[in-house]
Amino acid sequence: MNLDHLYRAVIMEHYKSPLHKGLIEDPSYFMVHLHNPSCGDDMTVQVKVTQQHITDIRHEGTGCSICCSSASVMSETLINKEVNEALKVIDAFYNLLMAKPYDETLLIGDALAYGGVSQFPARIKCASLAWKALEQGLIKEGESSNG
Amino acid sequence: MILDVEKIRKLFPIYEENPNIVYLDTAASSLKPTPMIDALNHYYQKLGVNIHRGVYKIAHEATDLYESARTKLAHFINASQEEIIFTKGTTNSLNMVANHYLDILGQSDEIIISELEHHSSFLPWLNVSQKTQAKLNFIELDNNGKITVEAFKRILNKNTKVVVITAVSNVMGNTVPVKEITRLAHEVGAHVVVDAAQAAPHIKLDVRDLDCDYLAFSGHKMLGPTGIGVLYMKSALAKSFRPVEFGGEMINQVFKDSMTFKESPYKFEAGTPNIAGAIGLAAAIDLLTEIGLDNVTAHVDALYNYTTNKLKDIEGVKIYNQDSDTGIIAFNIDAIHPHDAASIFDKNNVCVRAGHHCAQLILKWLGAESTLRTSFYIYNDFNDCDKFIESVIEARDFFRKF
Repeated sequence: MNLDHLYRAVIMEHYKSPLHKGLIEDPSYFMVHLHNPSCGDDMTVQVKVTQQHITDIRHEGTGCSICCSSASVMSETLINKEVNEALKVIDAFYNLLMAKPYDETLLIGDALAYGGVSQFPARIKCASLAWKALEQGLIKEGESSNG
Repeated sequence: MILDVEKIRKLFPIYEENPNIVYLDTAASSLKPTPMIDALNHYYQKLGVNIHRGVYKIAHEATDLYESARTKLAHFINASQEEIIFTKGTTNSLNMVANHYLDILGQSDEIIISELEHHSSFLPWLNVSQKTQAKLNFIELDNNGKITVEAFKRILNKNTKVVVITAVSNVMGNTVPVKEITRLAHEVGAHVVVDAAQAAPHIKLDVRDLDCDYLAFSGHKMLGPTGIGVLYMKSALAKSFRPVEFGGEMINQVFKDSMTFKESPYKFEAGTPNIAGAIGLAAAIDLLTEIGLDNVTAHVDALYNYTTNKLKDIEGVKIYNQDSDTGIIAFNIDAIHPHDAASIFDKNNVCVRAGHHCAQLILKWLGAESTLRTSFYIYNDFNDCDKFIESVIEARDFFRKF
């Protein structure tokens, strides 16, 4: 068990200096709050979608370095993506965490640092929490704007 | 070292499988000894039949073993046999008691409780409060997070109907003055419910001396199997306590429009109980009695003192509880989330708890979202303490490098 595979420098950098952190008061953002009761990780994600385009993502939460850094990486990865593409990227990220094959053209950048999480199954939930929140946000936001 | 750990470890098959394991999470669940596992196997391999209703030899033997387990448990806490109800565990026991009061309490009634309670002791009463409008009154903890008789006296009043109290906090590890609190509660006619899940593995409990009305504990934290626990209910209360579950073996006579129940404890044990579990728990009690709870306490104290002396000198470590009576240490390492630290411990085969320990109220009181927690028991030695301390330093240094 080599912890250097889990705690990569890029992950710890996002943990110490997260991007897009902090919620904003703006009703045009769609907000999702997720909580992992077994470990206490708590994550709120806001997303602003304009004509199927993700124009901004914000996050605020408490949890371990894997969970908090992943929210930062998620925001950085998915801002400026089309909703449909973002959902595919999220799916690719889940596959990365589980060491399953994924479309390598979709997932690039810092998100790849989480490939080592697959060796630590207990931490997959940490790494995916913010991504799950955004995924729910995009799906629900789509439903509410269509309905 | 008070106990011969090398000898004791031979009783725990996990050390054969995993000789280097440093198990410091007994407060969550103890390791399981061979005599207990053998008792389970004896029932399943040689008997495996139902109790009480059988008219053949092996059914009698199973019934004897189950009922002598009850006798043993009664002896263990100085209760009488009919006061020992076998349940699934502490959570089940405490919910049974709380649900009884759903039909009894009303708006003008008060329940005294504390932030030290485990969720299984607090949430059933939050539910009662929500449904009956009875008021939850919290005992103010002192600066060290302890319950004092004085703080209890301040909120006790004639409207207090139930006092819910843990005998030992699963985060702070301190004993609570249950006996004195019970005496005062009885002066106003309130009933006292004691969560003894953390106390029973460490402290000699005497329900006659404590005089509490209900007391609950689990087998799996004290060398017994999972899925079995005890609810002690004072015999004077059992008569008016309506069964919470209905079915086989709890009933006396059945008519189309009425039923009569068996006496306690049987009226509270509907259906086929956890026969093997009760027999296994009795074997665990035998082992604990043989070792002696006083020796358990002395042993755990020695490990606790040795560890805290080293831990408190490690720069960056914050210990949340002082002078634990049951060897529990709740702590964090500066700027490292407990789950991050836990991965270092896990890498080193050191098993500790990380999280809110099913006690979010006391974590909030401490101002921590989550903590690490270690707890010691009869199979731990100073080598375990050293490996733990090394892991603390390694965790601190590992995350500092970023």
